[in-house]
Amino acid sequence: MQKKIMITCDEATYISDKNQYGEASLSERIKLKIHLLLCKHCHVYSIQNNYITKLLGKHLDKANSTLPLNENDKKDLEKKLRDQIKDISLD
Amino acid sequence: MQHSKKHILQPDKWVQLHADYLFNYTIMRVNNHDLAKDLVQETFFSGVKGQNNFRGQASERTWLVSILKRKIIDYYRKINSAKGKKEVRMSFYEEGRKKGSWLEESVPQSWDNEAEKKIENDELKKTLNDCISELPEKHKMVFLLKTVQEYETKEICNELGITSSNLWVIIHRARLQLRKCIEENWFKK
Repeated sequence: MQKKIMITCDEATYISDKNQYGEASLSERIKLKIHLLLCKHCHVYSIQNNYITKLLGKHLDKANSTLPLNENDKKDLEKKLRDQIKDISLD
Repeated sequence: MQHSKKHILQPDKWVQLHADYLFNYTIMRVNNHDLAKDLVQETFFSGVKGQNNFRGQASERTWLVSILKRKIIDYYRKINSAKGKKEVRMSFYEEGRKKGSWLEESVPQSWDNEAEKKIENDELKKTLNDCISELPEKHKMVFLLKTVQEYETKEICNELGITSSNLWVIIHRARLQLRKCIEENWFKK
């Protein structure tokens, strides 16, 4: 994949995916550009890929995923941990 | 040079002091409430058992996080093993003259319904989330770390013990499946 200019659709979409995170190298981006001029399917993929990235940015919020543990879970955890500590000190 | 004070462990205060932090740390990586709880619990248990290994150079929390990291890697290895693998749909010919070309059934179809391309839409959001939850565990984990938590590639690779080309192949498979799923469940309806 390093030397050849012509790449397969699998390779092209791999680069397109990497490029969504801004991490495709210059030579990868050149190969992708050339491939996209010649391949309709990958061209469509690449446009849809940009759209999906926008969609993800809009709907998957980093802040949404942080919640504290609820109090019952904590009490449960505390009890289990106390038992564990007791077991260990009995050994 | 500053004289650093020696840290001590107080397991009876762990839940109160560190449970939320460890839980959030875990859920960002495994994206599953119950699993995150279990991993935090296992971390505390291992911590109690391994108290004698604590040398007091790092803070209590840092020490617990290092145990938790091992638990997360173990979990990743488990889902990455052949046994825990869900079938991944192939998108390209795998061998022969057409190797690397689109399989007919996987060729991206045009999404020409402009009305449905709008981004702000609760139903579309639901479709997106459903499609993500259908990804195989391993793909989902790496994909979310990279896409939602916006971790550096190097960081994910270090944490999970994979190479960057491993990581990109996983992201590639995840995005192929995600695109297909959105096409089937949103644009083809």
